[in-house]
Amino acid sequence: MLSALLGRKVGMTQIFGPNGVAIPVTVIEAGPCTITQVKTAATDGYEAVQLGFGEVKLKHVTRPMLGHLGHALPQTPRQRRKQQLQQAKSRQEARKKTASAASETEADVAEATATKGSAKQQPSAKRRRGSAMELGPFKILREVELISGDQPAVGDTVDAAMFATGERVDIIGTSKGKGFAGVMKRHGFGGGQRTHGQSDRARAPGSIGPGTTPGRVFKGTRMAGRMGNDRITIKSLEVVQTDATRNLLVIKGSIPGPNGSVVMIRKGAEQMALAARSGASARRS
Amino acid sequence: MSVATLVRAVEEAQLRDDRPELQPGDSVRVHVKVVEGTRERIQVFEGTVIRLRGDALRRAFTVRRIANNVGVERSFLLHSPQLDKIEVVRHNIVRRKNLYYMRGLRGKAARLKERRD
Repeated sequence: MLSALLGRKVGMTQIFGPNGVAIPVTVIEAGPCTITQVKTAATDGYEAVQLGFGEVKLKHVTRPMLGHLGHALPQTPRQRRKQQLQQAKSRQEARKKTASAASETEADVAEATATKGSAKQQPSAKRRRGSAMELGPFKILREVELISGDQPAVGDTVDAAMFATGERVDIIGTSKGKGFAGVMKRHGFGGGQRTHGQSDRARAPGSIGPGTTPGRVFKGTRMAGRMGNDRITIKSLEVVQTDATRNLLVIKGSIPGPNGSVVMIRKGAEQMALAARSGASARRS
Repeated sequence: MSVATLVRAVEEAQLRDDRPELQPGDSVRVHVKVVEGTRERIQVFEGTVIRLRGDALRRAFTVRRIANNVGVERSFLLHSPQLDKIEVVRHNIVRRKNLYYMRGLRGKAARLKERRD
């Protein structure tokens, strides 16, 4: 079994619990994720599984990514220009030759198409470095731990079925960016007095350190700056409901990031410890 | 699937179809389940709907009444299983969505005219 899954934050709502209380919940579309690479101790020095998630248009995918996912590479602009140039040249030559001798033309055209064909085949003739089959493309690739069970294969899909109702999970996401924020918003400073003759001190940070000794500002002093857009982990959130057909997880409480953002849903510490123990005993036996 | 339909899918199961279409100004009797120790009984809260907000499973309304000469407001979630039933006693003519002005009125001034249609 994998330690985590990738998903999309759908949004928040509330549902009623068993005794009629309203529970604030976040809906996550968890998976389906495709295994894009299996890392083993022999080849990579550690064990892990790489997951791909989310749809993306082919034109937005980089060539290295396509190679990794086992796609045939499209022509680069330079390759295309080169080919067009070649075609133009061969056409020109063909025209010249028609003027001189009509009988030779056909063979030349055939030759030109042959060179065109070989130019196309060149990239695929190189050794394939990525996966053997064509996968994705995906919006995001992430590596997760393999905690127990049999070895997964590239191309396998995993979905929300790996989580059960009542289970505890950690959610990892990217918080909403707040831009350049002052100290009151960013660090919860109190700000200054609003009255008693103050003019522009209401949101000021105040003193940032002593004077001549030490004569400098200590590293790490909390000041204004970029806030948000950070990787945030929220631990031990309860899975309130699961919907295997729609791949939905309903999680109690809020999670980082805007709706539609990609999040990782990881098994909670308890589950991980349990799996680690059973995995260790399985390896011993 | 779009965001709205996926959230809707989660809420669907708990949406109740036995709830009346409430409007601001309606006089209502809300039957609330009250748990006392192990026993459960029904309590009725009667008053005027002064606010409606939210959508689908999050739909909520606030009922105002005068009890023992004191204004009392209570908010309910429309689809809450804690509500046994909601009776609409009568519809009244109001020209606002939120009847916060009712808080400043009492006695004869706080009456609403019944809607006849």
